[in-house]
Amino acid sequence: MSRLDISGLTVAYGRTEAVRGLDLSVAQGQVVCLIGANGAGKTTTLRALSGLVRPRAGRVLLDGADITGLRPHRIAARGLLHVPEGRQIFAELTVEENLAVGAWLVRDAAEIARRRDSVLTRFPRLRERLHQHAGSMSGGEQQMLALGRALMGGPSLLLLDEPSMGLAPLFVEEIFAIIAALKAEGTTILLVEQNASAALDVADYAYVLETGRVVLQGPAAEVANDPAVVAAYLGV
Amino acid sequence: MFAQQIVNGVLLGATYALFALGFTLMFGVLRVVNLVYGFYFSAGAFMALGLTRGFGLPIWLALPLAAVGSGLVAVVIDALLLTRLRRVNAPELASLMVTLGAVLALYSAMTVALGPDIRRFPPQVLSGQAVELAGIRITDAQILILAVTAVLVGGLVALMRLSRLGLAIRAMAERPDAAGLMGIDTGRAAALVSFLSGSLAGAGGVLIGLNFNAIQPYMGEAMMLRGFVVIIVGGMGDIGGAVIAGLLLGVVEVLTAGYVASDLKEAVAFAILVIVLWTRPQGLFGRAQVRRA
Repeated sequence: MSRLDISGLTVAYGRTEAVRGLDLSVAQGQVVCLIGANGAGKTTTLRALSGLVRPRAGRVLLDGADITGLRPHRIAARGLLHVPEGRQIFAELTVEENLAVGAWLVRDAAEIARRRDSVLTRFPRLRERLHQHAGSMSGGEQQMLALGRALMGGPSLLLLDEPSMGLAPLFVEEIFAIIAALKAEGTTILLVEQNASAALDVADYAYVLETGRVVLQGPAAEVANDPAVVAAYLGV
Repeated sequence: MFAQQIVNGVLLGATYALFALGFTLMFGVLRVVNLVYGFYFSAGAFMALGLTRGFGLPIWLALPLAAVGSGLVAVVIDALLLTRLRRVNAPELASLMVTLGAVLALYSAMTVALGPDIRRFPPQVLSGQAVELAGIRITDAQILILAVTAVLVGGLVALMRLSRLGLAIRAMAERPDAAGLMGIDTGRAAALVSFLSGSLAGAGGVLIGLNFNAIQPYMGEAMMLRGFVVIIVGGMGDIGGAVIAGLLLGVVEVLTAGYVASDLKEAVAFAILVIVLWTRPQGLFGRAQVRRA
């Protein structure tokens, strides 16, 4: 069954409709990617899903339950965790404190300790920097912290907004390796990326957005071979 | 004589610190300059006055009740005036003007209801006794001020640094959106912060009322000016800075009044403010905020 089902989602800032009648679904265990140019409505879609903006119309179902227009903390409590564009880590808190905030919804201390250990095993750099202010780390390390912070919450659906943006090539590779590993473990992910070729490599299914509408969708391998996509996003 | 002045100054400064702490908490977390804040100070003093005079409660009971009462007033006022402005992301000037209008209305309503005269606590509230230590006189009001300030400042620091709730508040202060995405109910956390800061102001009002044994509606207005001096000198949103700057201001005022002229003490306070703003706009103790993308 579908983890996430979006129908007719419309989001507007003032008079400008950033997303227009979007239909999209993500099945359990799938990685679905959303590609498109700047301003196509990818980030706005994620922000509407996690409650940061209220959609003007449409319906969002998470595991069959209507979450349209709920406030962000209510949506997070249902397991939809959003790693926002620009990472948005708490720069003035330590790495350890950032992870603790990520576990805000988890009440069981043993479970928190277990997740913290698994995050620090996945990101050994964070273990080295546990007591450092998060703002003093490099962009790549901050992205790992943003991911680790979301994993502390035990996501049933993870939204990743441009996780590779502004990172050095080595970090980009590492981030996509981590996404592939999360997928192998069965994590359901909705991924927004500028780096279309890497995103299509890791994804099962893809949607191409232009000015707020879906213009193409299909299995990632097919979308990657579509001549229009190749010309516009894969830059061959 | 000099040592006595320093002690008096530190104790006066302790109440300034307490008052400024709530102000800096509100500003640092909710990112709003709420001018109604001074009203919570007056409200706390009048609540304690009513509880001791009207119900004959002892001060150790009236003080915490007045603090809680002022905290609740702060929650209600914040919800009525500012929730809407926050939701539409109104410019800072909007909250400044709304709260300025509100506080003037509240002070004049209070004056109409309670009268403009200076009121005093009933005589049995504080014995007026004093202890002498190495030639320095400390009244029981001053001992109460010291104890209450120490407990509240210590409690606030412990809450912010050691508890899960404090962690959530610090996260929200930095990035409200990201805090919401982690599951923190930012609306409730904001109400809690309003309550805490209103309670600190209310407790400060009771203590100043006891220190000078004089209570009148506009007492919060004069305090508000000092609140600005303390949080700007101490660094906006900085707890340690507010405490040190509060104590310093108290000492400077008492020394100015004692050795120069009583009428000059406010002039000195504002001269310090202007000099600090010229030379160190981030405050004497505040770090310059540098953030990476």
